[in-house]
Amino acid sequence: MKGRWPILLFAAVMAAIPHLPGMPPFWIVLSDNIGLSALVAMGLVLLTGVGGLTSFGQAAFVGFGAYTSAVLTTAYGLSPWLSLPASLLVSGLAAVLLGLVTVRLSGHYLPLGTIAWGLGLFYLFSKLEFLGRNDGISAIPPLSIGPLKMLDPGAIYYAIWIAVLVCALLTMNLLDSRTGRAIRALRRGHVAAEAFGVQTPRAKLLVFIYAAVLAGLSGWLYAHFERAVNPTPFGAQAGIEYLFIAVVGGAGYVWGGVLGAAIVVILKEILQSYLPLLLHGEGQLETIVFGILLVALLQLAPTGVWPWLMSLLPFKPDGKRPDTSLTLPPRPRTPGEPNVLLQVDSARKQFGGVVAVNDVSFDVQSREIVALIGPNGAGKSTTFNLITGVLTATSGTISVLGRKLHNAPPQEVVKLGISRTFQHVKLVPDMTVLENVAIGAHLRGQASALASMFRLDRADEARLLAEAARQVDRVGLSGQIDQLAGSLSLGQQRIVEIARALCVDPMLLLLDEPAAGLRHMEKQQLAALLRQLRDGGMSVLLVEHDMGFVMDLADRVVVLDFGTKIAEGAPDAIKSNPEVIKAYLGVAA
Amino acid sequence: MLFLVQDGITNGAIYALLGLALVLVFAVTRVILIPQGEFVTYGALTYASLASGQMPGTAKLAVAMGVAAFAFDLFAARRSLHGPRVARAFLVNIALPCAVLALTFFFVSRHPPALVSVALSLVIVAAIGLFLYRLAFQPLAHTSVLVLLIASVGCHLALQGLGLLFFGAEGQRGPTIADTALSAGPLRFTGQSIAVYGITVAFIVALWLFFGLTLYGKALRATAVNRLGARLVGIRTSLSGQIAFLLASVIGALSGILIVPITTLYYDTGFLIGLKGFIAAIIGGLVSYPLTAVAALMVGIVESFSSFYASNFKEVIVFMLLVPMLLLRSLAAPAVEEEKD
Repeated sequence: MKGRWPILLFAAVMAAIPHLPGMPPFWIVLSDNIGLSALVAMGLVLLTGVGGLTSFGQAAFVGFGAYTSAVLTTAYGLSPWLSLPASLLVSGLAAVLLGLVTVRLSGHYLPLGTIAWGLGLFYLFSKLEFLGRNDGISAIPPLSIGPLKMLDPGAIYYAIWIAVLVCALLTMNLLDSRTGRAIRALRRGHVAAEAFGVQTPRAKLLVFIYAAVLAGLSGWLYAHFERAVNPTPFGAQAGIEYLFIAVVGGAGYVWGGVLGAAIVVILKEILQSYLPLLLHGEGQLETIVFGILLVALLQLAPTGVWPWLMSLLPFKPDGKRPDTSLTLPPRPRTPGEPNVLLQVDSARKQFGGVVAVNDVSFDVQSREIVALIGPNGAGKSTTFNLITGVLTATSGTISVLGRKLHNAPPQEVVKLGISRTFQHVKLVPDMTVLENVAIGAHLRGQASALASMFRLDRADEARLLAEAARQVDRVGLSGQIDQLAGSLSLGQQRIVEIARALCVDPMLLLLDEPAAGLRHMEKQQLAALLRQLRDGGMSVLLVEHDMGFVMDLADRVVVLDFGTKIAEGAPDAIKSNPEVIKAYLGVAA
Repeated sequence: MLFLVQDGITNGAIYALLGLALVLVFAVTRVILIPQGEFVTYGALTYASLASGQMPGTAKLAVAMGVAAFAFDLFAARRSLHGPRVARAFLVNIALPCAVLALTFFFVSRHPPALVSVALSLVIVAAIGLFLYRLAFQPLAHTSVLVLLIASVGCHLALQGLGLLFFGAEGQRGPTIADTALSAGPLRFTGQSIAVYGITVAFIVALWLFFGLTLYGKALRATAVNRLGARLVGIRTSLSGQIAFLLASVIGALSGILIVPITTLYYDTGFLIGLKGFIAAIIGGLVSYPLTAVAALMVGIVESFSSFYASNFKEVIVFMLLVPMLLLRSLAAPAVEEEKD
């Protein structure tokens, strides 16, 4: 429980607030509103700040939660406690339906799409007869435990803030887990995550549903707090407001959501109650000032207030060292592996009229380091992408251990024991080296999202982190294990990628220009590591431009030029091959 | 039936103009321009106020924003202040809006001809657009699309509040630009609707020419593709942003002026109109101008039909229209790797 005391302290303070003598009831109402907004913002933190999926439509999910409970408790006389699961279910189901449509949208379509259905649903709420049209539904029963009816704001205060605290804990637990790392990797594009077995569409849908369920919970609480619902608080305006609560607080930080809610709710309240007094009640002046303050706040702290506050703290929370005595079971292997691990047979890739890879064939045997070389644009990286399923081949076959891949997606290829690094480093810069490397072990853990929310994943998680720490150590970066990946030099980042690839426990390692950006000594260490891996039974296929490095290390060299294989053989033979010299230097020697 | 189509096309043409402006601004600055709707109302209501002999508050707003922009410029260049730079900043930020304010004062009591009102309204709103970029977005140019979007919402709130302050809660209508009308079979074309079509087409062609043929247009496109690269070859990206906002505010104001004789506009009407332009822009994928124009016409037609047959659900239908469109787009679009934040 170390590191949890700030949360306990926060809980104690929040519990004490209603009991403070002289606390005006008005401030309690305000705190209730902050809590309600914080719940929605927390979902957005996960969805937008962490997962990179911007949604303007969260207010609609709040509406689903509120209306579900309103209808069930008034028209059908259900107890609010029974309508709670229904509220969560309805918002969750709505999220599944809308998510299936919109989560696939890339980049900027998504936020715009959410505006669209957010508005559409708002108008729907205000037009449907059984939802009371614009008047909404009133006389909703209050929450009650036994004889205690939570009628006044001070009573429901506890329900709201317990919900906020519990959800904050669950959310933080989720983020600090195998699934959480997959979610955090989403924002940086999916190629890297998919190369290690993350089902990105599923991960996106998961956060989308999670955020919607939190919004639904907020809606349920709202319905029994106000004891009346009408469409206004579920419109586009509210949806936008939730988003800037998250952004102002610091999208990407769970407590940023709570802080943002406090800032925005209190700011609006102050502006609404004091500005008219100051300036003699000119209409809507508060929106003007609010808008201007919002822009000013963003210009001062573009990443949000929470990270800015945290950077002011004199002490830094220290990273926990994983217990490296734990081990993961090795990836299951087929007994009696044949000699040929990878067989590329006249693979071809055309982009329109351009033939990037022209009927290339080669193989990689077990315990062998094969280098793929060639001038820029020769099709080396494209070949890598064909093997790992990032691109689909136009024709030809690629087989692993004698089985044809049939353009299997990256998530399937990695299961066969082929892992890779990228020419352009694809790490998550705001995650630590250890966390980045642990993504490599994604497929070797089992814990589900639900299990990790309730901390039932700790044994699984400890083994994953132990494995990651071992691989970081193996590549010689244990000194940097707690640093953010983005703070490392490019050469070191490439090495982190190798550690991540090793976490798969691969039989074949695909390295795309691993030595680029390394100094001489580091290159020698890398070469030593690769030899050691080969001697341990692994094969390596690497693309590299540093000829000294390649010729020294590789057992066999395959040369591509303009997508076509022009030579293959031992390094010495390649060095004197006239075709190769011609391709590199342009003249026959 | 036919008049519904006609009505839809008239509205659609306006949405097309707005959609184009949104695409333009997004492509160049990555800002999703929510305040576009305010440019529409500002343009329309400034024009209507001028026509009815009232002093529009927007002219003063332009001066106030100009003063603030001047301060921003001076602060940003505080380490390398020299005469020509200060003079240039003064000319653009202070002299220009003050001159416009003086002209407005001069004309407002003299019942100016429609064209003068139009020109004044356009210049006022253009200045506001320009300064809006300088004040709100230029300092945020390096941040993520999300932060820019939230800032954009902030601007929308502030400008909408100011709109209420300037124009009051009552709706206004403006005089038509052209009073002629002609009939073709069962349809009657008013001069106003012809002006709408003509100006929309002219703008689409002009934008196309601007981006295809002029150096500034190419610089804007370069900025859109790669900010850093554009800067390295000497394009001032802040200038590109200013041009984009200038164009967007002119387009917005013009759209407002075109529709204010047809429908009553309130201080907050622009938001909804802007959103529909938005839908068109989204269907166009925020990149394609012709597709946006076609989509806008479609939105207009769907809207006019649904307001006739199911007026209660008009907005629901229009906004829900987007969902299948997006689905189609995402199915058609190849999976692209996004490396940006």
